[in-house]
Amino acid sequence: MYAPWPWYVAGPLIALTMFILLFLGKKFGMSSNLETMCAIGGAGKVAAYFRFDWKKDRWNLIVVVGAVMGGFLASQYMSNNTVEINPQVARQLSEDYGIDSAGEAYLPPELFAAEQLGDPFVLAVLILGGFLVGFGARYAGGCTSGHAISGLSNLQLPSLIAVIGFFIGGLVMVHLLYPLLFG
Amino acid sequence: MVGVFFGIVMYKSEAASWFRIYEMFQFGAFHMYGIIGSALVLGILGIQVIKRKNLKAFGNQEMRLNPKEKGISRYLIGGIIFGLGWALAGACPGPMYVLIGAGYYSILVVIGGALLGTFAYGLLKDKLPH
Repeated sequence: MYAPWPWYVAGPLIALTMFILLFLGKKFGMSSNLETMCAIGGAGKVAAYFRFDWKKDRWNLIVVVGAVMGGFLASQYMSNNTVEINPQVARQLSEDYGIDSAGEAYLPPELFAAEQLGDPFVLAVLILGGFLVGFGARYAGGCTSGHAISGLSNLQLPSLIAVIGFFIGGLVMVHLLYPLLFG
Repeated sequence: MVGVFFGIVMYKSEAASWFRIYEMFQFGAFHMYGIIGSALVLGILGIQVIKRKNLKAFGNQEMRLNPKEKGISRYLIGGIIFGLGWALAGACPGPMYVLIGAGYYSILVVIGGALLGTFAYGLLKDKLPH
């Protein structure tokens, strides 16, 4: 009941999510809602990019509300909220970066505990991480769900290029920039 | 309902965990590759079936399988920027929302950053290579 779902359960369920959305006449992508929220917030006043009829995109905000509820249900009733990772990776995190919480938490409290928000470095990491995700997702026209799952499922070359980009960026961050930032 | 289902899958598969994203970029486990890979294999098969049988969505609407615009630079540069953020924040957009529900309120700061990033792209779009 509390054990994490293995990949061969989770992957097919993600594909199912995509097909349900397709059959509902929607598409599977979790970053366009950020654009919708900007438009609702009045971003259209300063940038033409946000001048679109966001009312027809309201469904993607409903999916967002659902995802929040799903996170609540899963964390409260279906999980002990710890994540076991490869012990070697856990040891490396602890030795190199002082992140000791692998196996004891779902997210590292070193970065995500509420009181850490008082630390300007942590605050900067969270804002910058989010900024790059938001900027990159719109620039590339999609995120993990829109490109790596939907786009590649539809055998689209642009999505393959984007996914290669995701991994270049991720590997550069973890292997080259982490030692500089957290070392 | 689809969102609730998706949220539970993200959380229970640990795809919403910072640790799993870090481990993936360290090639420390097959887990994340298995999730994405198996979703992809089934996705490719299913979409081929949809196309061959010309299946329609409910209400006889067309399926939204519109091809993406051609191009290289926007996908490569945008993708790299996204990847840097994905590995730094340890979350992509879907899991960010799931984590609010799970009570990790610091993720709201990350989402705030993502909204800023989206807004900045909207402002700069015409000046960027696509």
